[in-house]
Amino acid sequence: MKVIYTDSLIIGGGLAGLRTAIATRQRGYDSIILSLMPAKRSHSAAAQGGMQASLGASVKGEGDNEDVHFEDTVKGSDWGCDQDVARMFVNTAPKAIRQLCAWGVPWSRVRKGDREVVINGQKVTITEKDENHGLITSRDFGGTKKWRTCYTSDGAGHTMLYAMDNKAIELGIQVHERKEAVALIHEDGVCYGAVVRDLITGELLAYVAKATVIATGGYGRLYAVTTNAVISEGIGNAIALETGVAPLGNMEAVQFHPTAIVPVGILTTEGCRGDGGLLLDKDGYRFMPDYEPGKKELASRDVVSRRMTEHIRKGKGVPSRYGDHLWLDITLLGRAHIEKNLREVKEICEYFLGIDPVKEYIPVRPTQHYSMGGVRTKPTGESPTLKGLFAAGEASCWDMHGFNRLGGNSVAETVVAGMIVGEYVADYCASNPLKIDTELIEKFVNQEQEKISTLLSRDKGESAFALKKEMQQIMMDKVGIFRNEADLSKAVEELKVLHQKSKNIALRYKVRAANPELVEAIRVPKMIRLAQCVAYGAMLRKESRGAHSREDYPERNDRDWLKRTLTFWKNEDEDLPEVKYEELNIMKMEIAPGARGYGVDNTIHHPDTEKRLAEIEEIKKTNPSADRFELQRLLNPIEIPEKFRGKNERIGIGFK
Amino acid sequence: MSDERILKFHILRFNPQVKGDVPTMKTYEVKEAPGMTIFIALNDIRETQDPSLQFDFICRAGICGSCAMIINGRPDLACRTLTSKFPDGEIKLLPLPGFELIGDLSVNTGKFMRAMSERVESWIHDTYADSVDLDRLEERMDPDIADQIYELERCVECGCCISACATKRMRDGFLGAVGFMRLARYALDPRDKRSDEEFYEIIGDDDGVFGCMTLLGCQDYCPKDLPHQTQIAYLRRKMALVK
Repeated sequence: MKVIYTDSLIIGGGLAGLRTAIATRQRGYDSIILSLMPAKRSHSAAAQGGMQASLGASVKGEGDNEDVHFEDTVKGSDWGCDQDVARMFVNTAPKAIRQLCAWGVPWSRVRKGDREVVINGQKVTITEKDENHGLITSRDFGGTKKWRTCYTSDGAGHTMLYAMDNKAIELGIQVHERKEAVALIHEDGVCYGAVVRDLITGELLAYVAKATVIATGGYGRLYAVTTNAVISEGIGNAIALETGVAPLGNMEAVQFHPTAIVPVGILTTEGCRGDGGLLLDKDGYRFMPDYEPGKKELASRDVVSRRMTEHIRKGKGVPSRYGDHLWLDITLLGRAHIEKNLREVKEICEYFLGIDPVKEYIPVRPTQHYSMGGVRTKPTGESPTLKGLFAAGEASCWDMHGFNRLGGNSVAETVVAGMIVGEYVADYCASNPLKIDTELIEKFVNQEQEKISTLLSRDKGESAFALKKEMQQIMMDKVGIFRNEADLSKAVEELKVLHQKSKNIALRYKVRAANPELVEAIRVPKMIRLAQCVAYGAMLRKESRGAHSREDYPERNDRDWLKRTLTFWKNEDEDLPEVKYEELNIMKMEIAPGARGYGVDNTIHHPDTEKRLAEIEEIKKTNPSADRFELQRLLNPIEIPEKFRGKNERIGIGFK
Repeated sequence: MSDERILKFHILRFNPQVKGDVPTMKTYEVKEAPGMTIFIALNDIRETQDPSLQFDFICRAGICGSCAMIINGRPDLACRTLTSKFPDGEIKLLPLPGFELIGDLSVNTGKFMRAMSERVESWIHDTYADSVDLDRLEERMDPDIADQIYELERCVECGCCISACATKRMRDGFLGAVGFMRLARYALDPRDKRSDEEFYEIIGDDDGVFGCMTLLGCQDYCPKDLPHQTQIAYLRRKMALVK
């Protein structure tokens, strides 16, 4: 048995994992990153649009600050987020972007003088101030009051990931590539590392660490069509779930992005609409203003995706052999803009659709895009029930997104969570000894070894590929944008059957080393369990909140459902997770629940909402001279690592 | 009409992890579907014909650089190569040369690229980078310089340039276009405080920019159309002026 020791073991080499590793290394602790592939190939690279941070340097970002970003994020989450975490996040995001600037990201900059932009279908000239020239600029994104999304042309994720990985290389952080964590090692509520399979040799290794961090991204591949990379299969979530101790949070909160191309589901960035692109129906008619006269194409993602689906259901979709779709029109932005700021989009259109988006409309449809759910953590990033297990980025339910994430807040979360959670991981490393219990390690390694031997020795059985396809189709058809009891209960029943079948997977290629079929056979039962957490959680949640939209319960119900779903899988023989709920305390909210400003407000309010509103008014009245910082401390006192507590400077307003 | 075609994939098969295995070419037939890419076809082969087939895809959108392979003699990204591009329906796939073979079409570009990054010290060299006050306004940058840096940073480390490089084939230690491009990106960046003399130490010899035979396969096959030719010429001139 090969055992590898480190202080912090980071599972996942995307932005969140890299940043967490950097934080712990800079505090003097050894970190190892495990990755399925080279870190620079992580799905973080695919984030085209940008990163939200309230720098307010562009003229359309003037007046922006942490408070405005906070309000957008809370509203966007449909009040489902943890407001303490959202607060930590918005306060730290400007620092994160400035640090990345020092580490080499070539953020697009403010250029003084006039420039032509497209707003609401019209060409408009805006004038950038001389004194802001050369600062980081920003673009418009959905669901935000200000132009807040900082970007590098349309390669924000790519440049952030490269800068971050380069920083990790500078610090000598080792990335163990082509390694997959298949189980967590834990005992009595403490996590001690992971059992890891080498994807080339097939060998099982034990990685033992003080702190273990899950940063494996989302679980989009539970769906047949998704914008996510093929590796976004949620395996990090699954190994946490399989401990039976660490819960997953809000797994039913799944985001559908309005504009993925048809049929392959590759994303075209929200920047297309942020920069002025329009959505058109089969008659070439711009329909979004009819549904959402305020924000139109730039309403929150969940809202736009639902409106598009409604419009298609009215028979206004463009028929195609792959089903109905709508058009994304960016022709009005002009060639120069597209070739500079939307070049990836242009390449994708050329290669996968054979069209030129400068002249032609892009066929798009809402498609699975983001997993708000994940390993439930405290604001420190640690699991509330499994000590020493942390999670960061999309893999976590740190919970700054609640039931809907704003565009530009995902890469921002990865970096900010890496910074903040990384500090707490380092604190954990400082105060806990490395415990190496060889008997325990051996027990966990043997368990996994046995599972693999069983798979390799079974003569006849189910195909892992076929089971996965079935699961993905169930999720597509029955756990999609609009949900209802009948479909969801069918999905739950069908997934139960699949879960049973997954215990009888057999391989055609019986080789222990470098075997893609074995990889699939190990992953698929895990994925089916995750899918069941999503479907079952969605069936039980009898309300509509953010991206979770129930046709049979269309109202947001704060009275009964202002709570976070926690799913546990305590026994592999069970076919359903155990579900508990964690109440969100309105009396501690900085912004009490209210309307998001889309469509008709049919919220069933919680009795505490009025109380809290009155209390907030009272606090404001009794502290008339409090500035926004003091007020925030009074309304929502939060813990934040010392080094991130400073106020953020903005051009023209200083530190106010 | 085209969706009726039967495509023939001729694929190099070899699993070095299996004792006694020898490299062979194997042919698979796949019914073409509209809009089919090599990504879709290879997954189809793996799922329905041969579950042992190894290949690498991550983003499947031409963004991550995982899936470069030799497609009918040319290095390219397989994920965004449409099968309709090949009129005779014959597609020959080989792993990317110049890299350690993992198995079949999968090669270890990660190990190579990490070594490249360490060799050119692919990060901002500035003693003050870690003591920057994150609360204050960031250092300003000319918007054009920022754009120009991004142009050179669009490399996805796919490895096509290395596999298309004759110099690399003859001289194992040759840095290759991916390394030159990375270095050129830092040389352009005002945040990186390295001097030309320091860059010379990295690339000022035959394994560096002076070794390039200027056959420029890198320029011809770069899937991101990066300006390798210009940058190699630029670096060479810059380095020639150092000593």
